[in-house]
Amino acid sequence: MGRTLAEKVWDDHVVRRAEGEPDLLFIDLHLLHEVTSPQAFDGLRQNGRQVRRLDLTIATEDHNTPTLDIDKPIADPVSRAQLETLRKNCAEFGVRLHPLGDVEQGVVHVVGPQLGLTQPGTTVVCGDSHTSTHGAFGALAFGIGTSQVEHVLATQTLPLARPKTMAITVDGELPEDVTAKDLILAIIAKIGTGGGQGYILEYRGSAIEKLSMEARMTICNMSIEAGARAGMIAPDETTFAYLEGRAHAPEGEDWDAAVAYWKTLRSDEDAVFDAEVVIDAATLAPFVTWGTNPGQGAPLSANVPDPASYEDASERLAAEKALEYMGLTAGQPLRDIKVDTVFVGSCTNGRIEDLRNAADLLQGRKVADGVRMLVVPGSVRVALQAVEEGLDKVFKEAGAEWRHAGCSMCLGMNPDQLAPGERSASTSNRNFEGRQGKGGRTHLVSPQVAAATAVLGHLASPADLSDAATPAGV
Amino acid sequence: MEAFTTHTGRAVPLRRSNVDTDQIIPAHWLKKVTRDGFEDGLFEAWRKDSEFVLNRPERQGATVLVAGPDFGTGSSREHAVWALQNYGFQAVISSRFADIFRGNSLKNGLLTVVLPQETVDALWELTEADPTAEVTVDLERRKVLAAGIDADFELDENARWRLLNGLDDISLTLQNEADIAAYEAARPSFKPRTITV
Repeated sequence: MGRTLAEKVWDDHVVRRAEGEPDLLFIDLHLLHEVTSPQAFDGLRQNGRQVRRLDLTIATEDHNTPTLDIDKPIADPVSRAQLETLRKNCAEFGVRLHPLGDVEQGVVHVVGPQLGLTQPGTTVVCGDSHTSTHGAFGALAFGIGTSQVEHVLATQTLPLARPKTMAITVDGELPEDVTAKDLILAIIAKIGTGGGQGYILEYRGSAIEKLSMEARMTICNMSIEAGARAGMIAPDETTFAYLEGRAHAPEGEDWDAAVAYWKTLRSDEDAVFDAEVVIDAATLAPFVTWGTNPGQGAPLSANVPDPASYEDASERLAAEKALEYMGLTAGQPLRDIKVDTVFVGSCTNGRIEDLRNAADLLQGRKVADGVRMLVVPGSVRVALQAVEEGLDKVFKEAGAEWRHAGCSMCLGMNPDQLAPGERSASTSNRNFEGRQGKGGRTHLVSPQVAAATAVLGHLASPADLSDAATPAGV
Repeated sequence: MEAFTTHTGRAVPLRRSNVDTDQIIPAHWLKKVTRDGFEDGLFEAWRKDSEFVLNRPERQGATVLVAGPDFGTGSSREHAVWALQNYGFQAVISSRFADIFRGNSLKNGLLTVVLPQETVDALWELTEADPTAEVTVDLERRKVLAAGIDADFELDENARWRLLNGLDDISLTLQNEADIAAYEAARPSFKPRTITV
């Protein structure tokens, strides 16, 4: 019987398989950041252990880092201490680190791919649930806890039970203004936040094949919001073209050998998935969330749902609590929801293509009065590229704030936070209560919807902009 | 890791689904670099409400959390497990856990027990009606027991064995050093490296 992509990559990394035990998997790439690693390094020290494979390990600073005044000492002493702990640990154990101020610094899931370290057929782990992002390259990539971080540091392996596989087949053409973000939000709304639990997702079909690497990363990134630890897309010419020439991509004969291997990384025709979901791309529309979990979303043209319409008691209760927290009323059109803040950035939508898409819509337009818009590139490299293309000017001229790279308002561990009751349209991945700041209210959106929302001051799609006044000078 | 065999304690019924790890322990607590001291951050936002179940006097000292489906979704932060343990919880019961949270809990000796929602409902009703009702989570027999409730649960034999004996995963893996070295020796040269060594 044929094998799925996930099964092929899994099988290629089994160090040891024994009856009644989880497989022991080899890890090709271990990404570290300041938040989930300190206790793991402590564990190594307490047990007199070393980092087994320094050449498969890399660290950056992202969750805590400020996006303003990065040349000054970090104001929050606790954040500063955590970053200093990472620096000390990396120096002591010999781990390659890209700290704040370094040209390769940025959100860990933006840094890995842009360095060419994330490659098809590799196993990638990080103490961060959005490690699923790297699955866009046909890597088996998943988030781990701190005990597992320590395990990988010490052994370069992890004992794991093999998950089931789920195919998410998306055929057809995405309509204009419908992005990878809208697609993944629609998938999560369809299968639910627990729908992918226990599965590795494989996104496939003609609509997926047409997507750029950036868009594929957006989709795989939010696999975890559907409950799946990992999401994957089979590598193809788009993947190879993205990788060729990057700092850590193979060269010469190694490149040829790598591509020959990568081409085998497709689910076989006769492979059997444990579950399958089919979506017609043509039926999709710009999608936003209204609630406090990523499955609580709807097309932008819809109204806030009535909790009474849910048959399942726990879903009904969750919807009631969500509307109360979000300050929304059942039946209210989503388009009427006014926002205070717009955030463009994060490991979901902080790459160059995302910034281009937002800038295209802001060109010649202004952010609405009373709306604060933050644009936070995913990495220093993304920021430099954006500056080269003049995107920073477009953002600044529109009245947005152009910030330094980091996780920023996605989770508000740095000073970029929502105030209590403040409402955001955010290109990030989680709309949990308090995620972007205590009492903050988050609507998850695409970069295009974020830009249109910033201009009009309420949740809006790019099409709403063309209905409004023609931008100056266009 | 502490071994887990059986535990009996009073319960906290938490009638919420999709309790994400941001609710269990908010991000600003994640700046700490230790594994302890997270108890005050547990459900921090909800605990501001004096009526929140964890704040009720009759729930003080309870050690078993009975939660709605999809408990522990979201961020991979192991701090969520530490916060529950630091507060005093020994076991969490739900009809469905997020994968990463479940893995983290079992590595720390916090037993996460999956039971059908009907049994969770029965535990909610029992412990809401009688806050002094005790719930037993018996890993040796793989059973949850309480007044009128006798429910079997599943946990794979390997995870159970590690929990019952409080075994350290890293030491177990290092017994397979020869297998790891053999795998490493056979890896293709095109695989990425972060540094030259």
